[in-house]
Amino acid sequence: MVDTVVFIVAAAICLTGALGVILARNPVHSALMLVMTLFGIAVQFVAQEAHFLAAVQVIVYAGAIVVLFLFVIMLLGVDRAQNLELSVLPVQKWAALVFAGGSCAVLALLVIVVKEPVTGAEAMGGSATGDENVRLLARSLFSDYVYAFELTSLLLVIAVIGAVVLARKPKNMSDVVTEEGSEA
Amino acid sequence: MEITTGWYLVLGALLFVIGGTGLLIRRNPLVMLMCVELMLNGVNLSFVAFARQLDDIGGQTVVFFVLVVAAAEVVVGLGLVVAILRRQPGTTADDLSALKG
Repeated sequence: MVDTVVFIVAAAICLTGALGVILARNPVHSALMLVMTLFGIAVQFVAQEAHFLAAVQVIVYAGAIVVLFLFVIMLLGVDRAQNLELSVLPVQKWAALVFAGGSCAVLALLVIVVKEPVTGAEAMGGSATGDENVRLLARSLFSDYVYAFELTSLLLVIAVIGAVVLARKPKNMSDVVTEEGSEA
Repeated sequence: MEITTGWYLVLGALLFVIGGTGLLIRRNPLVMLMCVELMLNGVNLSFVAFARQLDDIGGQTVVFFVLVVAAAEVVVGLGLVVAILRRQPGTTADDLSALKG
């Protein structure tokens, strides 16, 4: 009973936040709605006994990624309302409608037809529940997936270098801006 | 009513669809990046649901990697957005057709 209530409340929070992200006219509101969705997902992780991932979700997503989004929004000063009706490519709006409607139709069909959504053998690696969660995750990460883990460190280094190179201000930035401004 | 794994999968799929729809209807590159995060989170939820149902920690390990890749993606994506918007203030995704063949 408690599980049901937790799921319904957290799912409502997730979906409200997700709709808020795509419908809010102000990018700052979108970012705050994204935080709401991420917290709802963290609750779902806890409900499924993925405690470590719930903590990481809050720390990394809500604590780092969304703050980065907000920094960029404030830095660039693009926090003005966007007119949702203004669309340069009207066909894309129809594509979005077809995508959303088609996906929901397929989803409803699957919910009606499929009785057993999860197929496949249960793992022999042991239970992922309880206090063993962090220990099992660490053992999996540093044994089966250790090469992938090392590669992610390389990926993060590349991302940091790329961000520094991209965001660095060119020395002749004023010339570039004035040239483009005169063209426009 | 008992909450089965299917409910979590439906919620994950709905988040994915909402994110994809937002990616198509929004013009602001920052909001489009947020929609990508929504889609990734929908998939993460499915992975965790499968990991619990099949009693396999591998699903949670994959979610860990998705988190790392999402962080790297946001860092590079926001770097690009900053670089582009500094050159052309107030631009939208539709204006970025410089590489059009």
